[in-house]
Amino acid sequence: MSGRHAHAARWLWLAALAAPLAAVAASSADPLDALMHELAARRHGHVTFTEVQYLAILDRPLESSGELLYEAPDRLEKRTLRPRPETLVLEHGTLSATRGKHTRTLELAAWPQLAPLLESLRATLAGDRSALEQVFSVTLDGDATHWTLHLAPREAAAARVVRQVSITGAGADLRTVEILAADGDRSVLTVGPELPP
Amino acid sequence: MTRAGWTATLVFGALTALAASVAARARYTADLSAFLPRAPTEGQRLLTEELRAGFASRFLMIAIEGGDPDTRAHVAADLARRLRADPAFVVVSDGDSEGYARTASFLLGHRYLLSDAVTPERFTAAGLHSAIGDALDSLASPEGLMAKSLFTSDPTGETLHILDGLNSPHIATQNGVWSSHDGRRALLLAQTAAAGSDTDGQEQACRSVRSAFAAAVARAPTASALRLAVSGPGAFAVSARATIRAQVVRLSAISALLIAALLLAAYRSATALLLTFIPVASGALAGVTAVGLGFDAVHGITLGFGVTLIGEAVDYAIYLFIQSAGADVAEWRRAVWPTVRLGMLTSVCGFAALVPSGFQGLAQLGLFSIAGLVSAALVTRYVLPQWRPAILETRDLTALGASLARVLGRLRAGRAALALLAVLCGLALFAHRATLFSRELTDLSPIPAADLRLDASLRADLGTPDPRYLVVVSSPDTGAALESAEAIARRLTSLADASVIGGFESPTRFLPSPASQRARQASLPAADELSTRLREALVGLPVSDERLAPFLRDVEQARTASPLTARDLSGTPLASAVDALLTASGPTTTAFLPIAPPPGGELSTAAIAAVRTAVDQATRVPPRAAGSALAKPGPPQVSARLLDLKAEADDLYAHYLRQAVSLSLVGLAAILLLLAVTRSPLRALRMVTPLALAVLTVAAALALTGQRLGILHVVGMLLIIAVGSNYALFFDRLAQHARGEVPRVLASLAVANLATVVGFGVLAFSSVPVLAALGRTTAPGALLALVFSALLAPRAALESPA
Repeated sequence: MSGRHAHAARWLWLAALAAPLAAVAASSADPLDALMHELAARRHGHVTFTEVQYLAILDRPLESSGELLYEAPDRLEKRTLRPRPETLVLEHGTLSATRGKHTRTLELAAWPQLAPLLESLRATLAGDRSALEQVFSVTLDGDATHWTLHLAPREAAAARVVRQVSITGAGADLRTVEILAADGDRSVLTVGPELPP
Repeated sequence: MTRAGWTATLVFGALTALAASVAARARYTADLSAFLPRAPTEGQRLLTEELRAGFASRFLMIAIEGGDPDTRAHVAADLARRLRADPAFVVVSDGDSEGYARTASFLLGHRYLLSDAVTPERFTAAGLHSAIGDALDSLASPEGLMAKSLFTSDPTGETLHILDGLNSPHIATQNGVWSSHDGRRALLLAQTAAAGSDTDGQEQACRSVRSAFAAAVARAPTASALRLAVSGPGAFAVSARATIRAQVVRLSAISALLIAALLLAAYRSATALLLTFIPVASGALAGVTAVGLGFDAVHGITLGFGVTLIGEAVDYAIYLFIQSAGADVAEWRRAVWPTVRLGMLTSVCGFAALVPSGFQGLAQLGLFSIAGLVSAALVTRYVLPQWRPAILETRDLTALGASLARVLGRLRAGRAALALLAVLCGLALFAHRATLFSRELTDLSPIPAADLRLDASLRADLGTPDPRYLVVVSSPDTGAALESAEAIARRLTSLADASVIGGFESPTRFLPSPASQRARQASLPAADELSTRLREALVGLPVSDERLAPFLRDVEQARTASPLTARDLSGTPLASAVDALLTASGPTTTAFLPIAPPPGGELSTAAIAAVRTAVDQATRVPPRAAGSALAKPGPPQVSARLLDLKAEADDLYAHYLRQAVSLSLVGLAAILLLLAVTRSPLRALRMVTPLALAVLTVAAALALTGQRLGILHVVGMLLIIAVGSNYALFFDRLAQHARGEVPRVLASLAVANLATVVGFGVLAFSSVPVLAALGRTTAPGALLALVFSALLAPRAALESPA
């Protein structure tokens, strides 16, 4: 028997190391059904993205870009191409991260602090209101041509990492995903044009 | 009683007392040692150490089944807490995040000693610029959202680099604890303080797990449906010992009872029955005494084999009581004893061949049987007649013998069919020649197949496959062993990157050699120098040096820290990983580097050759730098090799099997020679033919029923010859000068044969494979040996003179 049991995904350690900061979860209720219905009609998508991260420890923001792939209802792939290739796949509740030769997998259910990162996007794309509300307090602003979903993690473990996820869109199209970390850092992902199949 | 009677009784009493005191002081064991070689090759020695105390032997896999996931997780966490408080366990892991946190903070705290990326170049201005640039890139990934908390103290990404080097099997979790992939079991992994070879310690650990589980269940209101399963080498050793112990006691008792019932029916005399068991008991005592004197410890399995002695030692007294019924003992002594003595000697010849075997179980069986049979025969000859009442009323079996003679006489007409039988059996064996012999050491294992299946599924769930290939590095110097392991690990990393191997483990991941740690410390610049270089390195990067003050502080601390030792690991789950991979026995330190096959496959021959080459190359180059070697009288001796545990085990088994076959043939030759010298070559051939035919028939029957012949089948065949030679000798004697004793001799042979068949037949139902194999071979074989000997004996042997 090897000692491999002692190791697990790097994610787990990072989760364990992440600075625990208190956060307040907001709660609200809003009829989202129309939006969710519209979103659920989309079966698949393949778009580019750019992401800008504003970190307090850095003098300048960091930029990255890549592609997002979505297959309804529960497969979401975030393929970062620059500056460093990394692929995250969320499928049937299992998250796997591939970086270089290493692929790591874990069950999302066991690690609620990771849920905001991809599940917010996946459940929104799927128009899965109940999945969203299971993990987040959901608020909807704006109208069908310019809407914003505010998602605040319900689980304390997730709230220690992420304060809020804000997703904007027009109709069934997503425009931006902004993640506000518990320590005040934030990242803004901007969805680019649909790629040809 | 006569004067001779008193003398015999006194001598018997004195010897019994002496033997009893030796037997009482002998050491008894039921661990794996009976299956391990006495004079091993280097590979076998390593294998033996692995099996007894190595690498894997301290892990217990614990599964909780039944009930609902919530309750399972709750009870598993409670069980883990209880076991952590128990000094019998070094580490208990259940996948809780506390364990990860402890591990992570250890890795973070010692990152500059653990990371093999720490080189002088990395801490130049250019090296720092590129390392910090890379770390910034990874901050851009979602993972970076959590990694950023590390950035100010670890801007060169050493922690991430160490984590990248770890293998991470996918252990499923459910409700915060490890679970099987199908979600039906909660899983824990415990490392015992006791070595795997310490069966008492393992038994204690297994008992602690059970009582902690019972306590945890008692505190959970809905936990009554939960079941506990424990597996692992220690658990196997414990259950094997319990099984062997229970079976030895039970099987001895059953066969003694059955034989007693048989003899009571045959004799209709309680006195004769009691007297019959005296040679058996003294034979068993003599056997234990001889083994106790000849070996370090008497193995439980030897006592199990010893049960068989009841089946044979009882024969001598049966011959005495039935053949001398209503007659003079002196006449029996004169006429029959020489035949019994020769029969006993042929058996001794057969068993003597086993004594030199490297398979301890076999050697002990040989010695046990020789001492037992000699003593049983001598007691029958010199003691029993003295104690036998002047008039011993036993049942007259003449009528039974006479009808047996008639039946056998009639069957004799069809004896030509035996030639056909021989041909058919030969053909059957030829047809099954490819699958005739078993080839795996596991065939000797007393572990039931269901337990092995449970073990395999737990291993799969915990991502801890039974390692087959191990690189083993030994040295009298721990540092030198670790340095060699590092050199080998570097080459194995290239093989893993090229997907030649699936991966590997090394103790040096968490415990680098002192030399590497010193080299890494030497790579770290002093505080002032580092801060100068850092300012230069940060030009063009979006981070300012004020923010990286924690980095400067941590590097300075690591630069002057004392090197990491195994003791620093204790309390983290990493301790178990290192303990398993680095063992010290006596003056030698051994590092193990288990090699994993590529996903879903076995290591190819080419991959094995590549690993061998890597090991050779890594150890040929002296691991120490030339400069430091000069200061020492010479680098410590290091030996490294790739060990294929399965091949070693199977080689060992094949060696045993070949040895058992050749030793049995030697035994057979000795028997033939003895018979040829004391009788005549022709008569010897005539006596051995039916016995060979009995062996052939049994072998064919085993092959046809899909049983592969193992060591104990071969021993069983030797026993057929040994026991059967007694029958053959009696028929030979009857053919030479039958004087109206045919019915009585036949009756005694029939009763003796039944006793043997019962004795071995009981073994056939044992759940210990080696005992069952012996029983299934010898019981039918002994019966056939009698029948074939009767059918192939000269006609005169079955005819009573009118």
